[in-house]
Amino acid sequence: MIPQVLIELIAQFLLLSILSIGGANAIIPEMHRRAVDVQHWMTDADFAQLFALSQAAPGPNVLIVSLIGWKVAGLVGGIVAMVAMSGPSSVLTYAVAHAWERFRDAPWRIAIQQGLAPVTVGLILASGYVLTRTADHSWVAYALTGVTLLLGLVTSLHPLWFLAVAAVIGAFGWV
Amino acid sequence: MIASQSSVTTSALFFGFLKIGLSGFGGVMPFARRMIVDERRWLSELEFLDVLSLSQFLPGPNIVNVSVIIGRRFCGVAGSLAACTGLLLMPLVIVLALATLYAHVAQVEAVRGALSGVSASASGLILATALKLARPLRQNAWQVGICVVAFVGIALLRAPLLWVLAVLCPLSIAIAWWRRR
Repeated sequence: MIPQVLIELIAQFLLLSILSIGGANAIIPEMHRRAVDVQHWMTDADFAQLFALSQAAPGPNVLIVSLIGWKVAGLVGGIVAMVAMSGPSSVLTYAVAHAWERFRDAPWRIAIQQGLAPVTVGLILASGYVLTRTADHSWVAYALTGVTLLLGLVTSLHPLWFLAVAAVIGAFGWV
Repeated sequence: MIASQSSVTTSALFFGFLKIGLSGFGGVMPFARRMIVDERRWLSELEFLDVLSLSQFLPGPNIVNVSVIIGRRFCGVAGSLAACTGLLLMPLVIVLALATLYAHVAQVEAVRGALSGVSASASGLILATALKLARPLRQNAWQVGICVVAFVGIALLRAPLLWVLAVLCPLSIAIAWWRRR
């Protein structure tokens, strides 16, 4: 018998997989809305900590998905959440990859690309906003977000430097 | 020379993407490009850009889509599975090990503090990514408009993603189609 919460978890991420136009970064607000507000799986603070853990580990940024699964249903939850998140979108990608190459210059392909670009940018902006509201509770935290944003825009420093400095500042209890 | 159709095996795909999965923090795309184009020469620069643009516009984690497309290109279904599994296996093991470890030290003040610092900074990184992606949109007022509506709907109104996409995607594609030259 599969526990109810595991079924719930799989259903959530199977749907999110198909909705994640713009990648994992674009669905952070929706994951937050579902995990914190709708399902009450965790608090705001839990979500912020899981996001930080996913950023502190090597690998693609979709790892936040497996951490939500882990929080809800342990190791099994972590694995099935990732499989559910990658499954439907991968099948779709596999199916359309060939057609996409064939219709490289078709006007409808260009229209789809131009139409979806601003939607995905809006979603990723929303992710940054929701994360800032969820994670930042002090002026030091807002300052860290702001400084990282500015330096991220004007320099090509490796992102790990920002995270490492921020971790040290946080470890001293200043955030 | 760019690799020919049959020269890349499933095990090469598995281990190649295993390396990509372990090479970056908070996103691995720059490392993926370096390995696929410069080191292994599986794709040319242009071919990689084409794969990337498809991966970004389709739903799903972008790098997972890249692994599926490249795996398919050389070895079909087996190639996609090998590339995707290689990509996610080690990061998944590491992040779940980290989470388990974290559960034991979550009460330590310095650990919580460090993670608060990381999440504040990482939020800034995501905002920076979004603003960089937004730059090319400035030439089209309608694209800026769609971007703003998506942001307001998701960030401020906290509307369900499904509704926002169901309204905005057809609308935005229709505008793009109507304005095409």
